[in-house]
Amino acid sequence: MIRFRLNGKDVGVDAPGGERLSEVLRERLGARGTKVGCDAGDCGACTVLMDGRSVCACLVPVAQADGAEIVTVEGETPELLRLKDAFLRHGAAQCGICTPGMLIAGAELLVRTPRPSEAEAMEALGGVLCRCTGYRKILAAVCDATPAGATEAPPAGQAVGCAIARLDGAAKVAGDVFGADFAPEGALIVKAVRSPHAHAEFGFGDLAAWAARPGVAGVFTAADIPGRNAFSVIPPFADQPAIAASPARFRGECVALVAFEPGAEARLDGFPVSWTEIPPLLTPAEAEADGAPLLHPDRAANLLIEGRVQKGDAGAALAASAHVVEGRFTTQYVEHAYIEPEAGVAWMDGDTLVIRACTQAPGMDREDTALILGLPLERVRIIPSAVGGGFGSKLDISLQPLIGLVALKTGRPARMVYSRGESMASTTKRHPAEMTGRIGCDAQGRITGLDFEGRFNTGAYSSWGPTVANRVPVHVSGPYRTPHITARARAVHTHGPVSGAFRGFGVPQGALWQETLYDRLAGQAGLDRLEFRILNALRDGDASATGQVLQAVGIGPCLEALRPRWREALDWAAQAPGRGVGVASCWYGCGNTALPNPSTIRIGLTRAGDIVLHQGATDIGQGSNTVIAQIAADALGVPVHALRLLGGDTAITPDAGKTSASRQTYVSGKAAQKAGGSLRAALLRLANAGQGATLTLAPGKVTVTEGATRRVIDLATLPTDPRGYAVSAEETYDPPTTKLDANGQGTPYAVYGYGAQLVELSVDPALGTVTLHRITAAHDVGRAINPQLVTGQIEGGIAQGIGLALMEDYLSGRTENLHDYLIPTTGDVPPIDSLILEIPDPEGPFGAKGLGEHVLIPTAPAILNAIRHATGASLTRTPALPHRILAALEGRE
Amino acid sequence: MDYLRPASLSEVFPALAAGARVLAGGTDVYPGQGARIAGPVVDLTALPGFRGITRDAGGLRIGACTRWTDLAEAALPPACAALQQAARQVGGRQIQNAGTLGGNLCNASPAADGVPPLLALEAEVELVSVTGPRRVPLSAFLLGPRKVDLRPGEVLAAVCVPQAALAGVSAFEKLGARAYLVISIAMAAVRLEVAGGAITRAAVSVGACGPVALRLAPVEAALVGPVQGAVDRARAADFSALSPIDDVRATAAYRRSAAVELVARAVGRCL
Ligand SMILES: Cc1cc2nc3c(=O)[nH]c(=O)nc-3n(C[C@H](O)[C@H](O)[C@H](O)COP(=O)(O)OP(=O)(O)OC[C@H]3O[C@@H](n4cnc5c(N)ncnc54)[C@H](O)[C@@H]3O)c2cc1C
Ligand code: FES
Ligand code: FES
Repeated sequence: MIRFRLNGKDVGVDAPGGERLSEVLRERLGARGTKVGCDAGDCGACTVLMDGRSVCACLVPVAQADGAEIVTVEGETPELLRLKDAFLRHGAAQCGICTPGMLIAGAELLVRTPRPSEAEAMEALGGVLCRCTGYRKILAAVCDATPAGATEAPPAGQAVGCAIARLDGAAKVAGDVFGADFAPEGALIVKAVRSPHAHAEFGFGDLAAWAARPGVAGVFTAADIPGRNAFSVIPPFADQPAIAASPARFRGECVALVAFEPGAEARLDGFPVSWTEIPPLLTPAEAEADGAPLLHPDRAANLLIEGRVQKGDAGAALAASAHVVEGRFTTQYVEHAYIEPEAGVAWMDGDTLVIRACTQAPGMDREDTALILGLPLERVRIIPSAVGGGFGSKLDISLQPLIGLVALKTGRPARMVYSRGESMASTTKRHPAEMTGRIGCDAQGRITGLDFEGRFNTGAYSSWGPTVANRVPVHVSGPYRTPHITARARAVHTHGPVSGAFRGFGVPQGALWQETLYDRLAGQAGLDRLEFRILNALRDGDASATGQVLQAVGIGPCLEALRPRWREALDWAAQAPGRGVGVASCWYGCGNTALPNPSTIRIGLTRAGDIVLHQGATDIGQGSNTVIAQIAADALGVPVHALRLLGGDTAITPDAGKTSASRQTYVSGKAAQKAGGSLRAALLRLANAGQGATLTLAPGKVTVTEGATRRVIDLATLPTDPRGYAVSAEETYDPPTTKLDANGQGTPYAVYGYGAQLVELSVDPALGTVTLHRITAAHDVGRAINPQLVTGQIEGGIAQGIGLALMEDYLSGRTENLHDYLIPTTGDVPPIDSLILEIPDPEGPFGAKGLGEHVLIPTAPAILNAIRHATGASLTRTPALPHRILAALEGRE
Repeated sequence: MDYLRPASLSEVFPALAAGARVLAGGTDVYPGQGARIAGPVVDLTALPGFRGITRDAGGLRIGACTRWTDLAEAALPPACAALQQAARQVGGRQIQNAGTLGGNLCNASPAADGVPPLLALEAEVELVSVTGPRRVPLSAFLLGPRKVDLRPGEVLAAVCVPQAALAGVSAFEKLGARAYLVISIAMAAVRLEVAGGAITRAAVSVGACGPVALRLAPVEAALVGPVQGAVDRARAADFSALSPIDDVRATAAYRRSAAVELVARAVGRCL
């Protein structure tokens, strides 16, 4: 028996001494506030205090905890309490999966150093990764962990625009309940057998014998799938099996499942599968070569799809241009690297299959799982768990049909937690891109035309490849007037990892090509790089590349807002060699491209007087639980804290669509505004009151006041409506878009957001290393519903842009862990100044535009432009690793 | 007994004889394992005298299970500055609180940050077995990637720095692709003894640029001489003993040029 003190209480466990402390805490003691992101010391999510020292619980043999004092996030030491409060106040928790580790690492520091400097906080937290926040708010919270008085809650009608703490924040700082953190008694443990090869035939030996081994509850293969073993986020492209039948088309593809009894050693060694490797097509060039074998027989030349936009005559315009630049740019596979690997549990509730897992898209999960398992939609219920980051990859189903299959076949609860390696190998990536083309301008520097050709490695299956191929040509002009354009993007299949959605759907790659060429073009035209962009910025009434006449265009004001800092930065850079300044812009259409994209929000008033918001827009950390509530509360005219939120459980909440394409604030927000407005109208009707009346809530009643007149609605006297409420409303909003024609002309989006970022950095001329000094980010969000969440998105997006630009490189089979796949740490994100611009969009709720993806787009090109300014070296490939920068400096690349 | 955490050395040897694997901080052993490590295991962290730093006339003795944090926080002579700087740059704080110096050496990664500073300190390792202790220079103990001169039945008990090597000042330079929690692309340690405006002795070592970290005698020879110009002499010296490779972190050519630069900077910081 190993005994220790856990958060001040004596505990004893009968575990093998070599068991990980994290495993003991979570699985034997049920203390699942401590998270596991890698089981390798690389993420720090599992950080606990052992005798006052922070350690990774995943690396500690429980025997070493014998007699020790262990403190976890569930603890209530004075430092932890101060930090939890500061994290809430500063908005330092987004998805919350890193929060327990951050709090513990911070608590160790505060004991040593009660008022740490930023540098001390950075170093102390350097061993905990966060993929959401960009660390700035976390550092601020740790440096400001003094108890503050309670902040005043905004009154009725004034929530929009207010930086209230996130409504789900208390759960985040307590250690939220993520996909791996809920385990019904007796749940089977499901493990996947995955292909170790990019392309291989396989066959099974004696599966029945394996299934009969002690501790094994069942073995499942493609042959066991009762429904259609093919899915895609875009149904007409359905091509990906939940469990592959031979051959496997990428490394990490699932070929079989084993369900183990709880408590059994869940090991797959010796599983009877044999592999025969087939030469893989690893690059689009190989896949498009004459005679290359086809991954999917119906897709000639391995082409999934080509997207194109054609306006005017780019060839002629370029031929007549005073200046033309031509260039190519290549990008890498990028991993989402959320700190929460995929996890969830499935069980049968009578006839209904219930799946509680991390997801960005409960509605799509439900449809796909039902199809794969051959169930009618009504028999599948999806309950989203707290989501520890998604960034696009958790839009696609992963383990939902797998645990669903096991639960369906065995009738028992089935639980699955991906290892870090599995998560990285088997889920989607950002598309690697090879982009070439030309951009021209006239003698005054006005853009004349653009010609672009992009080839995107879409991997083995379709996923979001069609979206990327369609989005890139629409956006590749950047937010600039471009009268003549020809842009084509091909998504090509290879036996690489499946490329899918990752913050920006290909637009960040296109921006790297376009914005780096813009710097060269400005140089040729003899113009300042910022002024060149301002000169060409789209303005209200201009037409986009798709011929859409735009309103509420914020790019000009964003770029102009950077002017003062730009001049200071240029002066700063001139003072020493190796310093550089770069700028780049973004624009991004919110919601599906030229496709329907509805959201539905329900809001009800119970007979007891509670207001319930059925908020189905999955909050993956970005803040929809808070923003949608702020919008709904103001539309209804009640204080936001009066709302009770119900999550995206498909059994109780209407479909608010997926959390993607920066659509939730705009689309679901608009539905919430309409729903709040409808409920208000219904209440005013009941009270015979006019629009200006105010609503006051009390148990069982609503008081409607209009001038001197008051009317009390006694809720208990009202009949219950079909939705179970005294009064309720449900509204759907679908953005007004049109289909694109054969030339890509039309109105693909109803709302666009805009932004521009300015990077100041220095390059070490001998080592090629880059030090970021400051990033200034100007973003037009239409209306900042919650300014703290806005800056949180900006900082987090910038951190991912830094990773894309400088360090991240996913190499299948080689960087499948967080040791070799490097994402930014606390010390890699410089101070960020956010300039929030509010140019209200006539369509968006309270004028709001989307933001989530925009924020990442300008960062990487602005960094490359600053490197070029600092050194003269034009890099045409990301990541700009030190050895590549040095080679470019020496003219070798 | 699958997992043994003895409080006396005499219990270690029978366990080793029975085939137990040695565990210290676990930071190298646990990654890549399942929910638990398969036994039998003998855990050295409760052994008396295995953790901590002592000093006597003969020099410094650092117990094998001394944590990186212990090293970083200890009051040590300036010659140990490189070792302390390395201690603050191994992984992140949690790794420094758990990982041990002995584990770093026995794991024998070419990128082990503890090695170059200890090579520059002429360190020796003390190995113990039932038959008693033996001492081996660290440079001879490290045989190659993941290969050390540890005989069956032996454990590393301590790292010893001879008194003579505790003279002078030292500095450590680590190069990685991000700020924290990063395995070195290359790293260097330099220890210099300076008297009357001249470098009288120099110790220079470079890691992650070959199968094991190396002392670079030609660079050391070039450094001996006037302080003035020492950094340039380091840059111009012969680094041909290095044999870096291409991998996901960097190219061989880059490592070679970075090593020169890191040594030059470490020299500059010592002066
Ligand atoms: C996230 C992360 C980051 C890291 N960063 C760095 C870094 O920046 N720089 C760096 O150098 N290393 C790094 N490491 C590697 C590791 O932390 C260090 O090498 C550490 O010092 C190992 O010590 P340990 O006590 O944890 O070793 P263990 O894991 O306990 O043991 C390592 C090996 O040594 C053997 N061993 C241990 N002690 C003895 C002994 N006394 N006698 C005989 N054999 C013994 C064990 O059997 C095992 O084979 C990192 C590791 C992780 C997980
Ligand atoms: S889970 Fe322990 S460090 Fe990642
Ligand atoms: S909030 Fe840090 S990983 Fe999501």
